[in-house]
Amino acid sequence: MDAILFLIFAAIAVGCAINVVLQTHPISSALSLVGVMVALAVLYLLLGGPFIAAVQVIVYAGAIMVLFTFTIMLLNTGAESPQRRQALRTAIALPLIFSLAGLVSYLAARQADSTSVVSFGDFTGGDPHTFGYALFTTYLLPFEVTSILILIAIVGAVVLAKKEI
Amino acid sequence: MPAQVPLSWYLILSAVLFATGAAGFLLRRNIITVFMCIELMLNAVNLSFVTFSHKFGKVDGHIFSFFVMVVAAAEAAVGLAIILTVFKNRATLEVDEISSMKL
Repeated sequence: MDAILFLIFAAIAVGCAINVVLQTHPISSALSLVGVMVALAVLYLLLGGPFIAAVQVIVYAGAIMVLFTFTIMLLNTGAESPQRRQALRTAIALPLIFSLAGLVSYLAARQADSTSVVSFGDFTGGDPHTFGYALFTTYLLPFEVTSILILIAIVGAVVLAKKEI
Repeated sequence: MPAQVPLSWYLILSAVLFATGAAGFLLRRNIITVFMCIELMLNAVNLSFVTFSHKFGKVDGHIFSFFVMVVAAAEAAVGLAIILTVFKNRATLEVDEISSMKL
């Protein structure tokens, strides 16, 4: 059952990821990216992380992608025009990309010992209680620094997008 | 069909997603799509973090990927504001045409 669920959602994730790259209109890419994120959220659930799966859907698929969609609709630029020497670029890029994916996959498969398997329910340390406890004890300082980072990002975004300061 | 999934499958999926994001980053010319490909690469890395968290039985990987999400949200807000400003000044989103900083 685990393997079937993994294969289904891995296929959805890879298919949507390829669609993100292939679509010429940004709004189609954005919707495909939402598909990738939701599929990854299901995989996080299989890996025993209900909290991180919920955050993935709420923050990534919910907040960040809505921001992207707003910007695409605000700018309203339409589809990308075909670029010069597209065939040449693709012919050079695709072998490189495939070799990157192949090399990293090979190394990952070789490094991970074959005995380690992922089965649902093995790891239950990703529940909100454990997560919150670690976040507010071990990782308290990074958490507080993050709040300052977000404050800076808010101010920066307002200053950048404002018409006149 | 095995009942359990080998750990390496998750890592291979992560590598494939990362390579796809890198391909889009290098091949696409619309700056918003390029930005979305960066988000795709961040997601691929998050999957690795959560996978290793499962392997070692600790919650630390989840916390790392949580911080990655927070930084990605901040980055998206600032990056999209920059894209808005660039579009206001140059009326284009093609990365080849905004290669110089001078107007």
